[in-house]
Amino acid sequence: MQDKPADIASKAAHATSPREWVSNYADYLFNYAISRISDQELAKDLVQETFLAALEKISSFEGRSAEKTWLTAILKHKIIDVYRKRSSGVLNTSNHIQEESVHEFFNSEDGHWKVDHRPMEFSRSADDPLLAKEFRLSLRRCMDKLPNLWLAVFTMKHMDDLETEMICTELNVTPANFWVIIHRCKLNLRSCLQKNWV
Amino acid sequence: MNEIKKIAYNCHQATLLIEKKQLTKLSLREKFELKLHLSGCSVCRVFQQQSMLINKLVKSYAAAKKEETLDEAYKKKLQEQIDNKLI
Repeated sequence: MQDKPADIASKAAHATSPREWVSNYADYLFNYAISRISDQELAKDLVQETFLAALEKISSFEGRSAEKTWLTAILKHKIIDVYRKRSSGVLNTSNHIQEESVHEFFNSEDGHWKVDHRPMEFSRSADDPLLAKEFRLSLRRCMDKLPNLWLAVFTMKHMDDLETEMICTELNVTPANFWVIIHRCKLNLRSCLQKNWV
Repeated sequence: MNEIKKIAYNCHQATLLIEKKQLTKLSLREKFELKLHLSGCSVCRVFQQQSMLINKLVKSYAAAKKEETLDEAYKKKLQEQIDNKLI
């Protein structure tokens, strides 16, 4: 095992040195996980699982990508597993929620905004660097209020930029429902921010 | 209500198109519908602006800034696990 990194280094531009993983990447991976699942304990577990899984398949690390990218990709798969587990079992109920509660925002006859749900300008600018961190915290809190399946769809699309088709397959969502969920997430988030930010 | 009027008043549909537009390509018809709607609906224009802001911030959030650090004891445990596997 010890000789492997050196072998690889001779063939490729990137080498791997597992003994330095913790000092080089533990915090990075931890933050990466937290920003996607916002659960400290689970994030810690995932960092550990990532390192152990990486050790298992260290021979498949061919130096085509940087070590950090390789480790992040392993973590990414583990996060998708978490999403999948969290969302399973609620598929049927959440489909009902979507259909019914869009009328919370719009009149069912003409699709016009209901008066008390009309978006208004935020009175505080989120672009102000002094307020940026605060805004992000509000946004995070609002995201955590979304149903699990919705949050999974939203995060995979907006944070990880994954293909719509792949998200639908992984989470067992139809393409039509995918858009309903994306739409509802934004309506909820925006409305939540309006209440907590303005 | 004729077709044009339906589009002009339908904020439900317009906000869906605003979301789609940011993630994929709209059809010509959808583009036209959205443009027409936004030209007459200031409420959806505010929605669009805030929706884009939220997307931008979520993206920046994804960049995993070093805000939290793992506690040293846990790091030590991880290090030991790795070292043990390497022996």
